[in-house]
Amino acid sequence: MIATPGASSSVITVSGLGKTYATGHVALKDVCLEIRRGEIFALLGPNGAGKTTLISVICGLVNATAGKVEVAGYDIVADYRAARSRIGLVPQELTTDSFESVWATVSFSRGLFGRKANPAYIEKVLRSLSLWDKKDARIMTLSGGMKRRVLIAKALSHEPEVLFLDEPSAGVDVELRRDMWRLVRELRDEGVTIILTTHYLEEAEEMADRVGVIAKGELILVEEKATLMRKLGKKQLTVELTAPLVALPQALADFGLALSDDGIRLTYTYATNREGDDDGLSIAGLLAALSSEGIAFKDLHTEQSSLEDIFVSLVRREP
Amino acid sequence: MNLQAIAAIYGFEMNRTRRTLGQSVVSPVLSTSLYFVVFGSAIGPRMAEVGGVAYGAFIVPGLMMLTLLTQSISNAAFAIYFPRFTGTIYELLSAPVSPFEIVAGYVGAAATKSTVLGLIILATASLFVPLEIRHPFWVLGFLVLTAVTFSLFGFIIGIWADGFERLQLIPMLVITPLTFLGGTFYSLDMLPPVWRTVTLFNPVVYLVSGFRWSFFGHSDVRVEVSFAMTLAFLIVCLFTVRWMFRTGYRLKS
Repeated sequence: MIATPGASSSVITVSGLGKTYATGHVALKDVCLEIRRGEIFALLGPNGAGKTTLISVICGLVNATAGKVEVAGYDIVADYRAARSRIGLVPQELTTDSFESVWATVSFSRGLFGRKANPAYIEKVLRSLSLWDKKDARIMTLSGGMKRRVLIAKALSHEPEVLFLDEPSAGVDVELRRDMWRLVRELRDEGVTIILTTHYLEEAEEMADRVGVIAKGELILVEEKATLMRKLGKKQLTVELTAPLVALPQALADFGLALSDDGIRLTYTYATNREGDDDGLSIAGLLAALSSEGIAFKDLHTEQSSLEDIFVSLVRREP
Repeated sequence: MNLQAIAAIYGFEMNRTRRTLGQSVVSPVLSTSLYFVVFGSAIGPRMAEVGGVAYGAFIVPGLMMLTLLTQSISNAAFAIYFPRFTGTIYELLSAPVSPFEIVAGYVGAAATKSTVLGLIILATASLFVPLEIRHPFWVLGFLVLTAVTFSLFGFIIGIWADGFERLQLIPMLVITPLTFLGGTFYSLDMLPPVWRTVTLFNPVVYLVSGFRWSFFGHSDVRVEVSFAMTLAFLIVCLFTVRWMFRTGYRLKS
């Protein structure tokens, strides 16, 4: 058997991608990115950062002005059929054929992507999205959340290897968002690679394996989510004392603790990447120091900074 | 070749036709019937025969062309403009389909619809006037060729249009006047010589003339010229569509 280009571990390779619109607006600048097969990749960035443009170029909606993209080893321009047939796209806007039935529009999508009709598969997709009882309903009669599901069903209709979800949670209620997260995980378990853009950092934090941050058309960071949290994340330990302290003892000076006005709470802020460092400034070190100073405490709790905090600090850092 | 995609687009469009059967079929048939009532039955008997053909029968090819042109253009223009307007075009652009397949699906459906309409109008006409067709094969040939050519032209308008007004602009302001002045209701011989020459710059004259030849065996312009002109327009449209897809004109940024 001849080895196919699709055999490599990265499913999408973006190299030196640039897009300058006719107006002169530079939407993407020298973007390089590898998406690994089977991962959930979250693309984060403020409005107008270039997230949708990047997706649009990969999916064939926008022509790049520089660089190249390969999907499963196939160039998106030269081998557009092979590349596009592997991709499913759920756009940001709720763009649907108002007058069609759910069944007709999803079947249409499958045909458009060159797949033979397969009612059993379409039924499976509709059932997994809780759309089965709406299959004969006209799309215009559906709620916004249901329309979003229809768009997902259309994108999944041709059994894609890669699924793009552009702002999947925009205008979606909490229940549907949870449903969608569940579906995305199931798809990943079936081997589908998922790339999502989102404003809801909670979404990326909850689901993504890796995170890319894009700002002003440039990909400023790509990192494993866990690594990113560890690298840039902060933890705060709050210690509630049994008796108020008037001042911090000298022995605790190195910890950079903050004492509340009433002297009853101590706050210790430290980078999560310090965990495991053996310089005595760990939580265990602090607790030992408190004990040796004879400071008793009745409660303590920790807080970890969210991806949102990390994201805001990253984007702010950009000039 | 992504035949599934062509079938999907074609089926989708034909389904739209079925859904809007009233406006798709009933209204053109009704308006053409009105022409026959007015020009065929009311005025026709008072008119002299044209080239040995009763006036009522003489106008049949022209009326069929009138419907064929306007319907081909509006069907195909709307078919591609509407997804652009609603945004559902994203799916078409992201699908593994070539421009040829997209055009084949949309133009094929629009041409099928207007060819069927043309045949329905022919059947309707035969209820009003006795018809004898000299070259049935050529009737069908001109019908299909014109339907395809003008559906393609409509497709171009649908990509070019940036609003519903523009979508109507060409059919209303250009095609309808050209059809009325293209010998639908008269023979070019009836015009003064100057106007006869001016009329030869109207492409619709060639369509109506060729079509009339296939009905009655004689025409204002030689049938070969009619055929060649229609074919030439088809080729111009094909190259325009090819250019639109190559440059992404109003489809891709």
